Amino acid sequence: MSAQTSTGAGTQAIGAAGASGARVFEEVLLEVRNISLSFGGVKALTEISFDIRKGEIRAIIGPNGAGKTSMLNVINGFYHPQEGTITYKGEVRRQMRPYQAAKQGIARTFQNVALFKGMSTLDNVMTGRLLKMRTNLFWQALYWGPNLKEEIRHREFCEHIIDFLEIQAIRKTPVGRLPYGLQKRVELARALAMEPELLLLDEPMAGMNVEEKEDMCRFVLDVNEEFGTTIALIEHDMGVVMDISDRVVVLDYGRKLADGPPDEVRSDEAVIKAYLGVGH
Amino acid sequence: MSPAAGDAGLDTFPKLLLHHARVRPERPAMREKDFGIWQTWTWSQVAEEIRALACGLAELGFRRGDRIAIIGDNRPRLYWTMCAAQALGGVPVPLYQDSVATEMAFVLDHAEVRFAVAEDQEQVDKLLEIKDRCPTLERIVYDDVRGMRNYGQDFLSAYERVVEAGRAYDRANPDFFQAEIAKGSGGDVSIFCYTSGTTGNPKGVVLTFDNILITARNAAEMEGLTEKEEMLAYLPMAWVGDHIFSYAQSYAVGFCCSCPESGATVMEDLRELGPSYFFAPPRIFENILTQVMIRMEDAAAFKRRFFHFFMDHARKWGIRLLNGQSVPLGPRLVYWLGNLLVYGPLKNTLGFSNIRLAYTAGEAIGPDIFDFYRSLGINLKQLYGSTEASVFIAIQPDGEVFADTAGKPAPQVEIRIAENGEVQFRSPGVFREYYKAPDATAEAKTPDGWVMTGDAGLFDERGHLKIIDRAKDVGRLTDGSMFAPKYIENKLKFFPNIKEAVAFGHERDYVCAFVNIDLGAMGSWAERHNVAYGSYQELAAHPQVGQIIKGHVEQVNRDLAADPQLAGTQIRRFLILHKELDPDDGELTRTRKVRRRIVAERYDSLIQAMYAGDPSVHASIEVTFEDGRKGRLEGDLEIIEAATYPDSGQTARQAAE
Repeated sequence: MSAQTSTGAGTQAIGAAGASGARVFEEVLLEVRNISLSFGGVKALTEISFDIRKGEIRAIIGPNGAGKTSMLNVINGFYHPQEGTITYKGEVRRQMRPYQAAKQGIARTFQNVALFKGMSTLDNVMTGRLLKMRTNLFWQALYWGPNLKEEIRHREFCEHIIDFLEIQAIRKTPVGRLPYGLQKRVELARALAMEPELLLLDEPMAGMNVEEKEDMCRFVLDVNEEFGTTIALIEHDMGVVMDISDRVVVLDYGRKLADGPPDEVRSDEAVIKAYLGVGH
Repeated sequence: MSPAAGDAGLDTFPKLLLHHARVRPERPAMREKDFGIWQTWTWSQVAEEIRALACGLAELGFRRGDRIAIIGDNRPRLYWTMCAAQALGGVPVPLYQDSVATEMAFVLDHAEVRFAVAEDQEQVDKLLEIKDRCPTLERIVYDDVRGMRNYGQDFLSAYERVVEAGRAYDRANPDFFQAEIAKGSGGDVSIFCYTSGTTGNPKGVVLTFDNILITARNAAEMEGLTEKEEMLAYLPMAWVGDHIFSYAQSYAVGFCCSCPESGATVMEDLRELGPSYFFAPPRIFENILTQVMIRMEDAAAFKRRFFHFFMDHARKWGIRLLNGQSVPLGPRLVYWLGNLLVYGPLKNTLGFSNIRLAYTAGEAIGPDIFDFYRSLGINLKQLYGSTEASVFIAIQPDGEVFADTAGKPAPQVEIRIAENGEVQFRSPGVFREYYKAPDATAEAKTPDGWVMTGDAGLFDERGHLKIIDRAKDVGRLTDGSMFAPKYIENKLKFFPNIKEAVAFGHERDYVCAFVNIDLGAMGSWAERHNVAYGSYQELAAHPQVGQIIKGHVEQVNRDLAADPQLAGTQIRRFLILHKELDPDDGELTRTRKVRRRIVAERYDSLIQAMYAGDPSVHASIEVTFEDGRKGRLEGDLEIIEAATYPDSGQTARQAAE
């Protein structure tokens, strides 16, 4: 993989990543402050504040219904919180639509795979390039002239992603025919095709077997390391979360329970009580 | 005189590289599918790459006689590493890319490897894990930089950096590369091929340039290979077959060798590439055929009948056409039409449109499978070879291709059958020695160059070599006739309904056998014939199943009767086992080979009953479940008598006339 696919950011890691796992990040990429979100009388999120720093892998965990997915939806502009502010790349965001978030470099995958089932893997990944296309519908329909050149350029980029995620063998397979684990990988590929600065992953390892999980972990780490992409992920597998994330925020009933490095969170009384449980 | 000497001193691979770069600089030498496109390197580009790499390795301290391990999938850069090392007088040691770290440690240590070139992070991780146990290993070069960013060890170098440094070194020492190549000669060691070793540790087979090049050239000459061939390199680089087909013959003749995108895309890459020269073990040909047949079963009724009509026609006439025998005009025209409508499109889908020559070897191939490909007009042939022979021992010549032989001795190869039936050979390809194992060398090779293969075989009346079994498994019946269990078992296993078979007969009056039915094939039969069953055991005990298997056994007996040397070993009695032979119970190896001794011990009472002439037997056997628990499986098994055919070859030949 060459550097040309990088977002240009590069990791801002201070000190070496590795066995110690103590990577330190300074620059804040996104900050949410006192976010509250409710649907009618249901309070989904209550005064949540945390930040995501450039280059880190940030996990959001919590029991079912804790508001994790709502939090991601707030970040990528799908939900609009009633209170609080979101600062992204130093700019305070007000109302924002998902496509604006996408334009600013936020990509995501979904808890329930949301791919175009009838389209091939390659076509699905190519849709991730849509925002980067310059030619208009007319030229695209003709597939000639300036569009041809552009299409080839984007295809080349997508091929790098396909190579990176090792899904060459299913390049031409309609995604509806793929097993679940591979569909998740295709979804990740599509998100990466956007060259995101911030990648939101909603349960990337749900429903996978151990081997698929290991592969996915490897890919998440590789994406973070090679492209310098900042990653925020929701995950229920505590082994995975504790292994790959730099910092963890814990939600419960829409409130923030804890926030810190995995080791700290793991030994937090409130977290153990609400979520992790005690060994009997 | 050997062809190697005829080619004006082109007796090593690096010399051939320079030769091709001069004679056919613009011809493709290697391709690799990368980022969805076939990337091509011409001979002159490959020569440049190898020159830079060799200089880079020299700059890192690689010296004449050093060993360099090569670990990874088939990648152009790894093939180039072989040639670069050879240019410097070093010896490449390719390793199986899927071996675990401890297996690698043995080879690395045994071959005293100083350098290793690994494909990617996965292989580097394995090497780092065992580096402490390999004191000679000094430097690891990796090809794919992905995931390697945070590896700070100073003995790790990226391939690209090595090449860069090599270019600088080359500019400073422009004569170095050529001078190093000129120092090599045909008698030098070319490669260590470690045999996978089913028993004990692997053995390092030392092959010289002469061994490999003369053998590769002889075979290429016999088959008329040219620089226009296309070859897909997809079998492990550590296997001598890949080394000969993808590397040695490519250099010997100057044809292009292509690397697939990944292990999972081989079949698709095959279709896109359409190679003209192809090798695959029988298993792969079998899988392809099964897939075709399954897809045809799903096709519309009209298409299916259309397909079967033309395939039946091909079976009748296609092989005769391929062999150049006379065929009347009518069938010729129908075949031509079939080629237009069925055979051509089918071959295109499989990637076999351009095949001029395809080999299969390694184990016996089912005659139906073999005939299927030949009837389509694909020149599929069998060969018999070994690492110790630089592959080729026997090849089927064009026009003399039979499903049940391994062919005639390859050019310059002498074959003899020893007293005990063992096949022995002598050829220019005979290996020099097993590395650091003089005892093993002396055991395998006589001082005058004959090599023991450990395989039992015989020559039939056409002068073709037939491999029947491992020599140590061949026994004798009490009447003295030769008993080759695997030969009989293979004949049984060619029937899709039979998954596994074990034949007994050594020091007995006649042959008896155990059979395992194939639950997939028999289950689908049961479904179509409304036969209800709840388990493997129930289906295996069904009387109709017994009758079907009896028919298969009798067919095998008919085949055996046609061969005077084996006619005495027809199967008199057999039973269908009530459980599948299983590696968990130690009855099969992990690669699914029957462990005869253990099967004979565990089922001793059943064997006694078969030879005692009982009509049925009560079986009770301990089984191990997947979670490690043990239980007993009981049942009454019927012992079935099969008809035998006392006449030998005589009647069969008369019938054929």
